[in-house]
Amino acid sequence: VAAAVAAAMLSLDFLDDVRRMNKRQLYYQVLNFGMIVSSALMIWKGLMVVTGSESPIVVVLSGSMEPAFHRGDLLFLTNRIEDPIRVGEIVVFRIEGREIPIVHRVLKIHEKQNGDIKFLTKGDNNAVDDRGLYKQGQHWLEKKDVVGRARGFVPYIGIVTILMNDYPKFKYAVLFLLGLFVLVHRE
Amino acid sequence: LRKNVEDFTGPRERSDLGFVTFDITADILNRKNGLHIFWEKNTLIIFDWNVKQLFLYLSAEYSTKNNALNQVVLWDKIMLRGDNPRLSLKDMKSKYFFFDDGNGLKGNRNITLTLSWNVVPNAGILPLVTGSGHVSVPFPDTYETTKSY
Repeated sequence: VAAAVAAAMLSLDFLDDVRRMNKRQLYYQVLNFGMIVSSALMIWKGLMVVTGSESPIVVVLSGSMEPAFHRGDLLFLTNRIEDPIRVGEIVVFRIEGREIPIVHRVLKIHEKQNGDIKFLTKGDNNAVDDRGLYKQGQHWLEKKDVVGRARGFVPYIGIVTILMNDYPKFKYAVLFLLGLFVLVHRE
Repeated sequence: LRKNVEDFTGPRERSDLGFVTFDITADILNRKNGLHIFWEKNTLIIFDWNVKQLFLYLSAEYSTKNNALNQVVLWDKIMLRGDNPRLSLKDMKSKYFFFDDGNGLKGNRNITLTLSWNVVPNAGILPLVTGSGHVSVPFPDTYETTKSY
């Protein structure tokens, strides 16, 4: 991809800057780009380790937790085993067989002596609890369904992710512009 | 001060169902000693510039033979910034069915009701706070025949 972008750029007249770059400088910029991508990945993996969650940052996709969270809000999760699940907590969970995580609040828990726990959730803005959302025949959620507990949040920022999902052209445009910027920018 | 009147339990689908009516008097803004709800015993006002809303919930916590720990939310309320922070609710019925996982409510002497809340900021950390003051409710040893609820 980087090579294709570079080739496209070389053929554009107004990018004199790039024209003046010789091969070595171009490779250098490409390596820089690679480093940025790797660092980003490392930070993400690091977050996964620190929080114990497979997805430490999620975007709220529905309005079922309004007025606390709206579509596009960003949630920061932890999933540490030492933190027990208790009522009132906001959990992000996945229903078996479904990809999309759901952000709701814990309504009931029943925990056994050995730590096995089963719990029920409900969205603040929903009239009924989530039993209808669970898998056929499933009445409770378990620890294994949990992606994490919401510990902090920032509003609005996740809208970019939603836009990128709903309008793939927008995603490609953003990626293209980012790639352009990194390759052209002199470090 | 919260008073509670516990009514009766009824078995449904082989699980105990409890009915509790309660009064809630809470003064969430008040920081003086000796009153019902504190904000972590320091003098911060709860509804500061970064608080969007409080999600209040009344939960019952108890132990049964089947399960070492049970927590059931009986009632909840969203309190937005600007809403009256003083709650004075009388004779409330629980919003959600108080089902046990099994038959652990019958004769259970020690059900603790606590008021807690989730502080939802405009941006930042989401803490859960438990109000000081809780009430213990015992459930009777016998079931009642079903009455209209």
